[in-house]
Amino acid sequence: MIFDYNVVLDSLPLYFSGVLVTLKLLAISLAFGLLLAVPLALMRISKQAAVNFPAWLYTYVIRGTPMMVQLFLIYYGLAQFEAVRASFLWPYLSSATVCACLAFALNTSAYTAEILAGSLKATPHGEIEAAKAMGMSRFTFYRRILLPSALRRALPQYSNEVIMMLHTTSLASMVTLVDITGAARTVYSQYYMPFEAFITAGLFYLGLTFILVRLFRLAEHRWLAYLAPRKH
Amino acid sequence: MLNGYGATIIDGTWLTLQLALSSMAVAIALGLLGAAFRISPLRWLSGLGDAYATVIRGIPDLVLILLIFYGGQDMVNRLAPMLGHDDYIDIDPFIAGVGTLGFIYGAYLSETFRGAFMAIPKGQGEAGQAYGMSGLQVFFRILVPQMIRLAIPGFTNNWLVLTKATALISVVGLQDMMFKAKNAADATHQPFTFYLAVAGIYLLITSVSLLALRYLEKRYSAGVKAVEI
Repeated sequence: MIFDYNVVLDSLPLYFSGVLVTLKLLAISLAFGLLLAVPLALMRISKQAAVNFPAWLYTYVIRGTPMMVQLFLIYYGLAQFEAVRASFLWPYLSSATVCACLAFALNTSAYTAEILAGSLKATPHGEIEAAKAMGMSRFTFYRRILLPSALRRALPQYSNEVIMMLHTTSLASMVTLVDITGAARTVYSQYYMPFEAFITAGLFYLGLTFILVRLFRLAEHRWLAYLAPRKH
Repeated sequence: MLNGYGATIIDGTWLTLQLALSSMAVAIALGLLGAAFRISPLRWLSGLGDAYATVIRGIPDLVLILLIFYGGQDMVNRLAPMLGHDDYIDIDPFIAGVGTLGFIYGAYLSETFRGAFMAIPKGQGEAGQAYGMSGLQVFFRILVPQMIRLAIPGFTNNWLVLTKATALISVVGLQDMMFKAKNAADATHQPFTFYLAVAGIYLLITSVSLLALRYLEKRYSAGVKAVEI
């Protein structure tokens, strides 16, 4: 079997524009997902059932159903309702990019909220007691002590979530977007060369994964240096 | 129920469950093999195991599914004429799905199993050797039974992810519940209803699995003291 490099070379521009789409989807959904995850995580560590339960239910339902179903519910499903089609949001909700970003952001917010909640719960008692001893108000305590400390310690797990999210964005190719996977499917349908088309896509994803892993290692070096094991 | 599509969706659910369970069986076998490779003292074996885990975990499931399904189809039909078989061969999507998901989640499980193996005190394996057990006997009689307890949390996670990933196999034409829901949605113009029903069924499957695996974890932890802080 011969691997046809010319096919790959000819379609490189398509793959690179796919990389841009993938990165755009990833960045937007991660940003909104994280924004949504912080309040959700704070709700998840509350002792009041009325606060905790809605956040628990949200993360449980999102984490218990496949991403593909969530994406289809938003992209194909919402159009079923006349009220949605008549609303001012319809121009946005009929766009595949918006729907994909919305679905991905909701999905990652649930996973990130659980990661953050775990990290918040693991805050050392001493840090909390010190904040109280300094007479910090609740808001100052959250802003200066609890959140910065928990966000740092969540970094290693969050890096996993980011990489899972990079892989999840490949589902965007099912709602007509031409991301890396979409480019590969286009190339496959043009040339009928599955190995060339999908191995190239796989290499792009591997490359992006390694870059993200390296970036997070740098971030951990910057923000988690005080927790790293001693080198000598 | 569901405009008369309820029964076909239940049929699809059954296929989804079969797919998930069969893939998990393949994944456990490959995961054990991968973990055994990775903890092996032989450099090239552990390198091979590491490469398997790293490459597969670095590529999205969907890309691997498309690659293995279309690529496998292509390869089979190029090899078959050489073996004197001239008809076009269609690969059964169920078999392809089981192979693909098993191969992908084998890599994830090899990571879980490797961590669990490494958490078993060294003395356990050495004691087995001191009794004159062979390498395989130490692996299956000493390491694997103790590894199960340590691997259950990671295993639970992988099982849930795999169950949800079965939805992707509908892309290559397996008539699982996702595929059936899509057909029903197209026919009735009620996509929300059908995808919501499928989401509910997935939620049911994951909930039941969580409860069952939590029970199993308790069983396997009998005799191990839980430390209270």
